[in-house]
Amino acid sequence: MRPYSRLLLGLLLVALLATPLLIRRHRAAIVYAPSAAGAAADAKARYGFAFTESAQAAGIDFTHEGPTLDPQLAHIMPQVASMGAGLAIVDVDADGHADFYVTNSKEGSKNRLYRNKGDGTFEDIAGRVGLAALNEPGSGVSMGSVWGDYDNDGFEDVIVYKWGRPELFHNDGGKAFTRVTERAGLPAWANINAAVWLDYDRDGKLDLFLGGYFAEQVNLWHLASTKMMPESFEYANNGGRKFLFHNLGGGRFEEVSEKVGLTSRRWALAAVAADLRDTGYPDLFIANDYGVSELFINEGGKFREVGKETGVGYAPKSGMNASVGDVLNQGTFAVYVSNISEEGILIQGNNLWVPTGGTPQLPTYENMARAMGVDLGGWSFGAQFGDLNNDGFLDLYLVNGYVSASKTDNYWYDYSKIAGGHEVVISDAKNWPPMGTRSLAGYQAKKVWLSDGAGHFTDVAPMVGVTDRHDGRSVALGDFSNRGVLDAIVANQRGPLLFYRNDVAPGRDWIAFDLTGRCASDSEPAMTCSNRSAIGARATVHFNGQQQVQEVQGGSGFCAQNQRRLHFGLGPHAKIDKVTIRWPSGKISEIAAPATGRVHAIKEP
Amino acid sequence: MLPASLFQRVDKRYLAPVLVTMVLVVGQLSFGFLESWWRTAFAILTSIAVELLLGRMITGKWPHLASAYISGISIGMLLRSPEFWPYPLCAAISIVSKYVLRVDGRHLWNPSNFGIVAMLVLASDTVAGLSVQWGNNLLPMVVVWTFGAIIIHTLGRFHITLTYVASFLFFAGIRHLVTGHPFLAEAAPLTGPMYQLYIFFMITDPKTTVHGKRNQCLVTVCVAAMEAALRLMQFVHAPYYALFIVGPIANLIEIAHTRVASRQTVPAVAPAPSH
Repeated sequence: MRPYSRLLLGLLLVALLATPLLIRRHRAAIVYAPSAAGAAADAKARYGFAFTESAQAAGIDFTHEGPTLDPQLAHIMPQVASMGAGLAIVDVDADGHADFYVTNSKEGSKNRLYRNKGDGTFEDIAGRVGLAALNEPGSGVSMGSVWGDYDNDGFEDVIVYKWGRPELFHNDGGKAFTRVTERAGLPAWANINAAVWLDYDRDGKLDLFLGGYFAEQVNLWHLASTKMMPESFEYANNGGRKFLFHNLGGGRFEEVSEKVGLTSRRWALAAVAADLRDTGYPDLFIANDYGVSELFINEGGKFREVGKETGVGYAPKSGMNASVGDVLNQGTFAVYVSNISEEGILIQGNNLWVPTGGTPQLPTYENMARAMGVDLGGWSFGAQFGDLNNDGFLDLYLVNGYVSASKTDNYWYDYSKIAGGHEVVISDAKNWPPMGTRSLAGYQAKKVWLSDGAGHFTDVAPMVGVTDRHDGRSVALGDFSNRGVLDAIVANQRGPLLFYRNDVAPGRDWIAFDLTGRCASDSEPAMTCSNRSAIGARATVHFNGQQQVQEVQGGSGFCAQNQRRLHFGLGPHAKIDKVTIRWPSGKISEIAAPATGRVHAIKEP
Repeated sequence: MLPASLFQRVDKRYLAPVLVTMVLVVGQLSFGFLESWWRTAFAILTSIAVELLLGRMITGKWPHLASAYISGISIGMLLRSPEFWPYPLCAAISIVSKYVLRVDGRHLWNPSNFGIVAMLVLASDTVAGLSVQWGNNLLPMVVVWTFGAIIIHTLGRFHITLTYVASFLFFAGIRHLVTGHPFLAEAAPLTGPMYQLYIFFMITDPKTTVHGKRNQCLVTVCVAAMEAALRLMQFVHAPYYALFIVGPIANLIEIAHTRVASRQTVPAVAPAPSH
């Protein structure tokens, strides 16, 4: 080789080696330019909103506590006992003010039901109404709750799912709750981390999906065997079974998962039901830990798993969230799944599955998370879409962080060692290296990704006041003061509950809908009316030459449920052409040019 | 044995590409372990294109593409990134390094090892190593091991693989004693596909290993020892770093030794024409 050739090649190699650094620098410049340019600037002026953490001022003093499981898991207790901080927004007494329920997970600890007093403060009424003491020793501990009016009496009932015995409570007029678990036929024991209410057969009665994480035979307090861990880091099929409880009316349910095709042994951590194909029937998306996500399309009340056909079921990751949003104002839902990313160790990247092709009956999805800037969160858990600054585009709130303990030592190396091992090794807890006091993806920043409406999101979390470093689990969005803005509540594992009150800049229009289905009992003929909670109803707002679709959901995110009210930001000087509401029964309501700046209470005709 | 005799008749340069393709196919069809077909294809095509370009420019001849193919396919399997660009970039770095970082006509680093280490260090926000295992049964691993053993044996390099496995297990035992962690946890990484690629292709690379069976085994033990040391320091990507550190040192020592030996032999040979 001639000397100058060697020199040129050397320069080429240096240039190639410098490329990643240049790309990183370029990205950092893009991401941080706003804050660098105006560190002292008012977030409201710059981004159109700002959060103020107001839990204490609002009378909320909840701190989650974790369980203590079988001593055989003591060496890895922090990572196994790492979930349970779940929350759900619900108007428990139908007074028009959003309340919320938060689960605790220490044996003997109490769950809380924070009733909104309407003056910006909350009071815990869980003990008074009988929803506090659900973590009694021997019964397991709570993981989360979802609310839905299963008997169409006008008050939201609740399933509290647990590692242990799930409990169903009937809401007696917003004043008290009656335990109806046995009558409903719920399992005596299961390790549930995902639940949604949905009317899968559109009979006007809410059905209940429960997704198991650990296998249901496993009692985490009394292990029969330490071989209860996932058999694979990315291909595990030894998780909990799935349950689908078909609502028969009269407070009775029939478990029909096998009959309708919902069979899976993957490790479900999140699920969301939404009509992804515009068929009128809710499809079911399940985000699984230790494996691929599953998309069960609903073909008239029967489910078929089409993960591979649609593209969402190929690359196995560590799914921990499932939420849907019309991210491009195209009238279709994208699905957001959170995963794990740790610089230099494991870059799974979160998934934003955007429908880009296929047919209306079977769309195909492309992961646009990287292209749209919402892929890297950390060890991510719950996420929710919502228009946080009322600019007409859905933003994304994501919480991160797994186990925050030592600030100097971490468990990543040992975790990666065992994660690469064969089934024989990884599935047995006794083979897992002891964790001690080490952190694993601890003290991570949260993401508040603001959409620019053109397909790109920018993280503005620290600038808008979200600076906490707790181990975030579930996040839920709702308008707690009926001001036309979305506040955020965040439940942290072994950490305080945070209440982020939102302050949106003036001059941004909005509209919201409280939908109510027409079924007045649980014995009405199918397809004639919709469930009272209107879960599955979809509203499409046509404004400023575009449209945005939202659907009432019976649970989304990670162990969470947003307020059932549908909130649409509209941007300044918005002109709404019309709003179309499609009810689960199939009926259509159309509202021409509704007034902005108010909540519309709409009943199914 | 039929497969062995079959392999004996085949041009040996094609055996390693056949094996690495088999690893890819088994892994992907069994468990879909690729980030995506496109990313892997991108890495292979880039690797081959750069090899063709540089080989033709520098040597004036079209190079044999087996080596570039193995580099590309290894990168396509071992690199994990949600982005596309790391794959062609890593492939390009690997092949270019082969032409630049040379001493006495020998390149010092295994190309894909160099490229992957470069990406792990310089693009750690975007790139990680392959971390998954062969799903839930041993069959794919048995298939790869069986064919891998036959092919690598045919190529005369199976002793390197065996030495490495034995060394790894020995040092896993040492680490078990030092850390108190279960032996199976220390041995666990060996059961993953990353190690199948590592022990069959990276550490056996004829162009970047020293000569002589004994020396090869000695260097392999050194690589495993370095890896064990790095593992005790909790380096997640210890095997790549170990080969990156030990491989060129061993090659440089051998090159230096060869130079000394050739200088010593020149006077003895020089007088010969006078006879």
